[in-house]
Amino acid sequence: MKAGKTSLIAGIFALGAMPALAQDLAIGLKSEATSMDPQFHQLSTNIQVHKNVFETLTSQDAVQKVGPGLATEWEAVDDTTWRFKLREGVKFHDGTDFTARDVIYSFCRVPLVENSPSPFTIYTASIADMTAEDDHTLIVRTEATNPLLPAELWSISIISADTLGAEEEVVFGPQGTCEGLGDVPQSPAFNSPDVAVGTGPYKLESYTRGSELTLTRFDEHWGGTPAWERVVMRPITSDGPRVAALLAGDVDMIESPPIQDIPRLEDGGFKIVDALSNRIIYLHMRQEEGAPGIEGAGDTNPLMDARVREAISLSINREAIAERIMGGYAQPAGELLPPPMFGSSGRPVDAYDPDRAKELLTEAGYPDGFTITLGTPNDRYINDEQVAQAVAQMLARIGIQVNVDASTASQFFSRRNALEFPIYMAGWGASSGEMSSPLKSLVATFDEKTGMGPTNAGRYSNPAMDEVLLRAMSTIDDAERDSLLQEAGTMVLDDYGIIPLHYEQTVWAMKPELDYEPRVDQYTMATEVKPAG
Amino acid sequence: MIVYLVRRAGQSVLAVVAMAVLVFLGVYAIGNPVDVLINPEATQAQIAATTQRLGLDKPLWQQFGIFLGNAIHGDLGTSFVYGRPALDIILERLPATMELAVVALILSVGLGVPLGVWAGLRPHGLAGKTIMGGSILGFSLPNFWQGMLLILVFAVLLGWLPAGGRGQTTEFMGLEVSFLTLDGLSHLILPAINLALFKMSLIIRLARANTREVCLQDYVKFARAKGLSGRRVVMVHVLKNIMIPVVTIIGLELGSMVAFAIVTETVFAWPGMGKLLIDSINLLDRPVIVAYLMLTVLIIVTINFLVDVIYSLLDPRIRLSEMKG
Amino acid sequence: MTNSIASDLEPVGTPGPVRIDSPVRRVAKEFVEDPVAVVGLVLFVLIALIAILAPWLAPQNPYDLAQLDIMDGGLPPGEVSFGTGDTYWLGTDQQGRDMVSAIIYGLRISLVVATMSLGIAITIGTVVGVTAAYFGGKLDSFIMRIVDLQLSFPAILVALILLALLGRGVDKVILALVIVQWAYYARTVRSSAIVERRKDYIDAARCLALSNRRIMFRHLLPNCVPPLIVVATVQIAQAIALEATLSFLGVGVPITEPSLGLLIANGYDYLLSGRYWISLFPGIALVLTIIAINLVGDRLRDVLNPRLST
Repeated sequence: MKAGKTSLIAGIFALGAMPALAQDLAIGLKSEATSMDPQFHQLSTNIQVHKNVFETLTSQDAVQKVGPGLATEWEAVDDTTWRFKLREGVKFHDGTDFTARDVIYSFCRVPLVENSPSPFTIYTASIADMTAEDDHTLIVRTEATNPLLPAELWSISIISADTLGAEEEVVFGPQGTCEGLGDVPQSPAFNSPDVAVGTGPYKLESYTRGSELTLTRFDEHWGGTPAWERVVMRPITSDGPRVAALLAGDVDMIESPPIQDIPRLEDGGFKIVDALSNRIIYLHMRQEEGAPGIEGAGDTNPLMDARVREAISLSINREAIAERIMGGYAQPAGELLPPPMFGSSGRPVDAYDPDRAKELLTEAGYPDGFTITLGTPNDRYINDEQVAQAVAQMLARIGIQVNVDASTASQFFSRRNALEFPIYMAGWGASSGEMSSPLKSLVATFDEKTGMGPTNAGRYSNPAMDEVLLRAMSTIDDAERDSLLQEAGTMVLDDYGIIPLHYEQTVWAMKPELDYEPRVDQYTMATEVKPAG
Repeated sequence: MIVYLVRRAGQSVLAVVAMAVLVFLGVYAIGNPVDVLINPEATQAQIAATTQRLGLDKPLWQQFGIFLGNAIHGDLGTSFVYGRPALDIILERLPATMELAVVALILSVGLGVPLGVWAGLRPHGLAGKTIMGGSILGFSLPNFWQGMLLILVFAVLLGWLPAGGRGQTTEFMGLEVSFLTLDGLSHLILPAINLALFKMSLIIRLARANTREVCLQDYVKFARAKGLSGRRVVMVHVLKNIMIPVVTIIGLELGSMVAFAIVTETVFAWPGMGKLLIDSINLLDRPVIVAYLMLTVLIIVTINFLVDVIYSLLDPRIRLSEMKG
Repeated sequence: MTNSIASDLEPVGTPGPVRIDSPVRRVAKEFVEDPVAVVGLVLFVLIALIAILAPWLAPQNPYDLAQLDIMDGGLPPGEVSFGTGDTYWLGTDQQGRDMVSAIIYGLRISLVVATMSLGIAITIGTVVGVTAAYFGGKLDSFIMRIVDLQLSFPAILVALILLALLGRGVDKVILALVIVQWAYYARTVRSSAIVERRKDYIDAARCLALSNRRIMFRHLLPNCVPPLIVVATVQIAQAIALEATLSFLGVGVPITEPSLGLLIANGYDYLLSGRYWISLFPGIALVLTIIAINLVGDRLRDVLNPRLST
């Protein structure tokens, strides 16, 4: 109510009020960055903060389309060689110039970061060599054909070779065998603004763990003067207090307001923006003999029968989940990445048809259903536990009795990877923004050696699909790769190898004087927050 | 006396060591932190490399050996999540929790003792009954539910106080504190009340029971009969006699305040150790969990030791019986 | 009480034909003198009955997922179901669970967890306490060291860590509550038993070569009952509150069998958005239960501690 009045007043005195507002920006985040070292922990919480301070060779816009960043243009010279033109006239926060040497240094440091809980090496491992043709031209050679290289380069932040004490000559070597790096600073050092030096629009001012992170404007940024003089990012991990902080005016914008509070925020005159995310919530089923947690189905695993899997899919009323549990902030999913993202085919959502589902179960020889344990995390995805319960409710209607086994993410992921669940619910965000990401991780045949199917805890396996997928992953031509990915995706879904539920919608709430272009990758980036109008 | 102190200190050290073993084995036996921390797109080889880097590939006893070796030098491990010494991370959060606990303790003792004594002196009066009724309520409302109601009433409906967070802090004797600024103070009030209410109810009941008991003692009856004013009897005899249980409570409850702060900090998003613990449990950041528990064990054992010492100074009988036994 | 010598040696605990007023009757008589305590007792009996009769009282079985309809989710009190036409007097939660049924069953879970853990903890505590008191010496000081150590750690912390390690589950919550509670009973029993042990009749019993077990449980134990009752009433209220808190922190009972605490926790997310009923009504039920027990416990303590009855 108070905010409603404020917005009215703001409307009347818009011109007078704006300059004061336009200086500072306070954002309430749902989790805290664990380190200011942009190469320490591959975690969205960290990345979204680092993106304000550090930049990368390529950029991804709000719908994850790859565009120029510190590299202005690039070309594939042959299947494994790329040439990048680097942006000229770029300065680091401490005044040093940005050159190809900084890029090589940055990629060299990645494997040398100690104690990383989730290293960035998954993006540098494919790089065989990097050389500077001149200060602003870079040649990159990859081990194998990698069409995703430009997209992946978005993940490696460029840090300053000079600031971090490199020698004049930095020579690239794969897997941490570079030369001329000097004494490489480790992650804790980056919590100081003297070390956390990037080329981004904001400089690190201070980092007080547990309470706030302050950024100040970098006036010499190549892209022009950023919108805010000072940006404060405050982690407020509990949902209620985060909403309350926005209502009370402590912060100007928050990420992920709980869905049930959105009407209240809207009534308060706040602006809500939302976007479909690249995150799919799905059910995965154990498709091997000897699956645990199934009772009343005899000796065989009913989930190995495609009819049973289809029945499960048809029994789920995705619309009801999106409306009732997700408050409308989710979209029923027909595949693993929302169309029109790269590699999606626009496949229609499986219709809710419990009668047909019952028939299928009977055909498969389970007229009375069976009992099964459904694993789900309870603090990872939006209303995850509630969604799992709703799924259990719907499966019960066709005779499949479900025990929902909900645990915190820490236990859930360990147990899932230990194959403890016959069926589980989880989510997947496609970091590269293309279909190859979910296909490779979730449904490609699990293989420790090649690294395929790392998150395929259902152990779905379709060699024909694997082959199409591998072909797609080594095809540089976009149109051809797109159609191959569509083909592979369709093969999986025709098999009911995995059951898509819905795409999460990411929501931001802010004062009406602000504007934010919602991002599919769910990042909250201060650089993208603009004064409205 | 010295013998008693030495023996008591020995027991404390033993308790700490026993807890170290239990805590370490318990925490390191479950889950796999790498599953939670690593990017799910990582290959098996990368997962194996990370597991090795975090030292999780070694057998449990070896990990424990390394932990003990480091612990002796005051190093309780490096946080998996933050990549910094776990103890540092906890100590950063310690002032916030201590501030909350101390303010809550002052509130509960400062209000609890007088109210309890009053209720004890007039057990059948209206005030006495109201105080006791209130204390039953304070005792019965679960901590988190109280916190929710406080937020609902004072932050959401009335809008008088902020719903969470710590607000502005200033430096005071080298520590970041929030009670010196208006903004900080307004953030502190609700969580402090929330944390204090339960203890206050306990102290009221304790003070009342002791007051009543003391009042029945012959010397108090005698003092009254002698014509000493009620006020003087209360000040001198009653208060003196309820000091021992109150000191015990203050000591013991400070430890449990720190623990109960877990709930309050979760409800009010107070950036203290308790919240760090919950976050660390969710992320399986084992070194931080272990370091938190070890630090808490150390604090509690130390407090108990000090309380015992003060106790034995206040009441010579305890000292004697302990020395005999 | 077939052994005539033993019953002759009984202290004031045994009802005998000679006595006009048995202690139980005295306690009952004094207890009813306080109307507030009587209200508490009646309330508690009522709550216990509701919990016991849950399957017959509740309009819906909230654990049977097939009975829930997600389309009925989040209805305010008094709304009518889309499917069955039943009225939800206290509204529904997000899953379409009738709050009346959820509270009745939640009460059941909360009370089952509390009483089960109470029973086990009292048994362990009593055996340990009586043993320590009876044998005394090294064994006694060793046991009491462990008890003191255990008691010096806040229950919430111990239970939280245990459950974080063990995972969710009704059985696990009970285990955690037993672990944090047994020491209270051990200490209470030991301290009353040790007073009793010094009395002459125990020595007499020993002289008669009665077995240790017999002396401990027939003679020492009855004297520990009054303080045990007092501690138990306080502890059962604590256990209910603790279970609720653990469930609130997300480490308690599983979501498909919500206790009152879990219902409150689930509703907490909706509190700010105006769907107060999901959290408020279970909260009231929880608080009423705890207050009822505490009122009874309070009066019992006054009654069983004759020194205070003025």
